[in-house]
Amino acid sequence: MNFIGTVYTLWLRETTRFKRNKSRLIGSMALPLLFLVVLGAGFGGFFRYRGNVSYMEFIGPGIVGMSLLFSSMFGGLSVLWDKQFGFLKEILVAPVSRVGIMAGITLGNVTTSMLKALVFLVALLLTGLVRVDFTGILLAMLFMVLISASFVALGIAFASRMSDPHGFQLIMNFLIMPVFFLSGALFPLEGLPGWLTVLTYLDPLTYGIDGLRFAFGGPHQFSPLMNLVVLVSFLGTTTVVGVALFKRMTA
Amino acid sequence: MGIEQGELFGLLGPNGAGKTTLISVLSTIVRPTTGHATVCGHDVGRDQDAVRKCIGVVFQDPSLDDELTGEENLDFHGRLYGIDAETRARRIDEVLDLVELIDRRHDLVKTYSGGMRRRLEIARGLLHRPEVLFLDEPTLGLDPQTRRRIWNHILDLKDSYGTTIILTTHYMDEADQLCSRIAIIDHGKIIALDTPEAMKAALGGDLLELGIADPDPEFVKTIRSVPEVAQVSVQEDKLMVTVENGESFIPRLLSYAHDHDAPIGWVSMRKPNLEDVFINLTGREIRDEAIKEPGDRIRIFLRRKNK
Ligand SMILES: Nc1ncnc2c1ncn2[C@@H]1O[C@H](COP(=O)(O)OP(=O)(O)O)[C@@H](O)[C@H]1O
Ligand SMILES: [Mg+2]
Repeated sequence: MNFIGTVYTLWLRETTRFKRNKSRLIGSMALPLLFLVVLGAGFGGFFRYRGNVSYMEFIGPGIVGMSLLFSSMFGGLSVLWDKQFGFLKEILVAPVSRVGIMAGITLGNVTTSMLKALVFLVALLLTGLVRVDFTGILLAMLFMVLISASFVALGIAFASRMSDPHGFQLIMNFLIMPVFFLSGALFPLEGLPGWLTVLTYLDPLTYGIDGLRFAFGGPHQFSPLMNLVVLVSFLGTTTVVGVALFKRMTA
Repeated sequence: MGIEQGELFGLLGPNGAGKTTLISVLSTIVRPTTGHATVCGHDVGRDQDAVRKCIGVVFQDPSLDDELTGEENLDFHGRLYGIDAETRARRIDEVLDLVELIDRRHDLVKTYSGGMRRRLEIARGLLHRPEVLFLDEPTLGLDPQTRRRIWNHILDLKDSYGTTIILTTHYMDEADQLCSRIAIIDHGKIIALDTPEAMKAALGGDLLELGIADPDPEFVKTIRSVPEVAQVSVQEDKLMVTVENGESFIPRLLSYAHDHDAPIGWVSMRKPNLEDVFINLTGREIRDEAIKEPGDRIRIFLRRKNK
């Protein structure tokens, strides 16, 4: 069967399952909301950065990135549950390209992660924590898709090598937390101790969140072009690794 | 060995014999380590895509998406096999009708019973009209009534589509009832391959059992000397005799018993079944190893640990 058809079929399945589970959408908003409100209010008083930016306004884009990171990385989990419930066999025994399967699963998870993040973004817009014009929205969407796709591919790469969903959840938590905390989602990248600067610069999510800050017209560190270049290279890497591992996977 | 087109071929053997492994190799899930096999003329190791195009598989373990409806599961399958929308809709109706799930089509699979899931999987295996359909233990763990219904569905689809069906089972009666030819597998090797009738006939006739403890050796010798008798075995409290035309042999047997003053408590006669064939081939009962799921897992686990 043709490549596009395969991608669409897998995408359709991911999104159909997502539609059925409204509670997951609500649940996925709880943690970012908690971070935004509690941290925003808690640190708000101390925060002085480039004049009149409040802390809640500052971390808004960071929390959008957080929502994307969490839901995207756990996209690999659906592959593992499919292994566990045997559905992966049904997929892998079909006469279709493995790359098409992987692309479909990735796009499906990017779609659902984007929806979760967009719901959150709309809430930020409605409360006035983020202000954005039309080109800003487009640019933000671009950065969001790049962040999501990279981490979905990374999650699937891990899932291809594993069999236990619980082990996967553990490893993901180990990976997600440092990636999140080192990304500058919660603090400005200026004036950090040298070791921390190095670590933040090594974190691919840093460039995604910095790109979002730019798109929302807030204070940012790097040029948007540099952010794009780093993110696209990161996406390229995780995709190549993800495809290679996914191809070798057996149900 | 070869399997003919349009045949309903059975792979029979105890749990752990290697039936699922064989199906996995033939359906390109696992690559063969040695030897080679072709399905529809394509090599399963080298030409995976061509093989995948012409087969349908109903796996031993569940392989449905619980969070989709029955119909959505079929629709997913149809799309994956590149069936156009119109044909897909028509065939989904058709196969759902065949397995009597039409009225549950819009329910999530997680609300289905075990038998309904199995029927849905069989329907799915048929949706793309494969030339060859693999059914791995299609009735495992189902109640007798559901088993019988599934048997009928399987026979139906052989008749309606002329599909070549390869079915594995550790139920003797299932292989006997359904299959035109069977291969008996034990420890990863095929130890017999023939029609069920020929296999049973090869045992040498009907099975007579006589209720008698410690029979007189002279009496046993007399029975053995009868040309129609293929086999005699002395067991704790009974004597088992395999003989052609058991019905007409019973009166003669009783007269021998009378001559030797042998006290026979009872006599029973039955036609041999595949179970007897298996015992004859391996010296074991297939039932010994055909135990239920949880124990099975433990057994496999222990086996791994012992390696
Ligand atoms: N031909 C073979 N050679 C070596 N090992 C085999 C062979 N066939 C099966 N096995 C091993 O035997 C075990 C049980 O096989 P399986 O196919 O699940 O049995 P069944 O489906 O008949 O119950 C598996 O661990 C498998 O690796
Ligand atoms: Mg098996």
